[in-house]
Amino acid sequence: MAKRFSIRQQTGFTAIAAACFVLLYLPIVVLVAYAFNDSTSVSEWGGFSLRWFVSAWSNVQVIDASLRSLQIASCAAILATIAATMAALATTRTQAYRGLTFKYAFINQPLMVPEIVTGVALLIFFAQIKVATGYSGLGYLIAAHTAFCIPFAYLPIRARLENMDLTLERAAADLYATPWKAFRRVTLPLLWPGIIAGLMLAFVISLDDVVITEFVKSGGQDTLPTYMLGQIRRGITPEVNAISTVFLLLSVVIVTLFFFLSRKRD
Amino acid sequence: MATAAEVEKLNESRDVRKRWLLSAPALTIIFLAASGPLLIVLIYSFLTPGPYGDVVWKFSTEGWVSVLLERDIFDDTLAFASAHLTIFWRSLKLALMATVATLIFGFPTAYFIATRSERTRDIWLFLITIPFWTNLLIRTFAVLQVIRNEGIVNTALINLGIIDQPIQMLYTDFAIMVGMVYVYLPLMVLPLYASMEKLDFRLVEAGYDLYATRWQVLRRIIFPMVKPGVIAGSILVFIPAIGAYVTPSVLGGGKNMMFANLIELQFGQGRNWPLGAALSITVMAIVMVALLVYVRNTSGSDARHG
Repeated sequence: MAKRFSIRQQTGFTAIAAACFVLLYLPIVVLVAYAFNDSTSVSEWGGFSLRWFVSAWSNVQVIDASLRSLQIASCAAILATIAATMAALATTRTQAYRGLTFKYAFINQPLMVPEIVTGVALLIFFAQIKVATGYSGLGYLIAAHTAFCIPFAYLPIRARLENMDLTLERAAADLYATPWKAFRRVTLPLLWPGIIAGLMLAFVISLDDVVITEFVKSGGQDTLPTYMLGQIRRGITPEVNAISTVFLLLSVVIVTLFFFLSRKRD
Repeated sequence: MATAAEVEKLNESRDVRKRWLLSAPALTIIFLAASGPLLIVLIYSFLTPGPYGDVVWKFSTEGWVSVLLERDIFDDTLAFASAHLTIFWRSLKLALMATVATLIFGFPTAYFIATRSERTRDIWLFLITIPFWTNLLIRTFAVLQVIRNEGIVNTALINLGIIDQPIQMLYTDFAIMVGMVYVYLPLMVLPLYASMEKLDFRLVEAGYDLYATRWQVLRRIIFPMVKPGVIAGSILVFIPAIGAYVTPSVLGGGKNMMFANLIELQFGQGRNWPLGAALSITVMAIVMVALLVYVRNTSGSDARHG
């Protein structure tokens, strides 16, 4: 029997798409599977085991780097979200004014420069400041992460603001609410899902960064990704698989939350 | 006494001032920790390298000269730096090849998602987005494990009797390209999907009514309509690919360097910060050209359709 002719069909497209989905997930599945491998060699399967998770958990360097990663990501995400929320309020729901396009371009600028260039620029700049002030703490990494997280946090917050109704705020103003009160009691609660989405995006972006961190960090300031890069360059142990698995799980949870949060909006 | 128009103007300028104040923190942070330091890179590219890294504050164009040329240490003659040229060529070649390959794989995938029913579309899209938000280093590491000599690709080929010896894929240009295609594929699919979602299938139907073949419909109707998505996706893949650092460091294994590795080398063992700065500016210039091409193309197509 002849198949019904569909105008949407294109020869071979479904096959390529299916291959893409399989190839996209196959390496990740392999990576996770080897995290449970009870063998010191990465090339053969020695049965199921959690030993690499235990070994990672008791590795001081891993715990240290993880905590540092979380610390930087939390600080950077919160700072970036606050700055991005303010910037979004300043750049939406208004007639075009002088400097508006400049602000858009400037806020999105970190997205347009290759990470390696930003990394090098910050390496040079922060080296000067380190010499001048003698401070060499985590502040540099937090500042760098905040800067490149701002455009990511800005995106969902701005989208949310643009779809928001102005009538409720006008009603609040008509009922003698001060601008601050109207913002706190009307605008902010409506904007909240956008802010949370922005915060989560910024958190994931900061957590994932390798290149800029690699250039900005001082000695002994490894984050989890830079620690892993060092390990992978030195040769692979299944311990890295175990760390990756936990890391993947965390990202997937955050992204899933983000997905449902932004879907509710529609 | 102020007229109504004057009052309004005053209010407006007060509003604009408030808006600048509100955006000040974001602009300041980005200026201090992203945009501003780029100017310092430009300055550093014209200084003299210090003996132990960093620079000596003395003007020199040597950094820029050595981007392309190298000076003979004995007779001071200049010749093309073949090592650099090899790396530039590899970066450009691999970035372009990765862009084309992601387009070949991404186009049908985006089309597949765009032609699903409204409800399942979100799920397919979600499946594309998950890898996009997971760590790039981890995904690159996953590719490494699949294509290494003892990885499942070689094992499968040997078990099937197709080859006797594992194929050395890891630490080659091929590995870098595969890695980049893998990690940047979502960057191609997402903008393609965005432009295909709005595709008007009545035009496709009209094409078939006029006896067009599937290929003709694809080439003459669908492709022109989603061209902005194709350009956006290509730019989004090309830009990170030309500056890629993680993928060549992990899959190229030190020997097969790309732009970013060469830059890193100048700040490490090379101890030639001005050259590193000049190379950074060069990469940025390439990216700017790509962005300009993008802006010109999209504004042009808007004018034509609009």
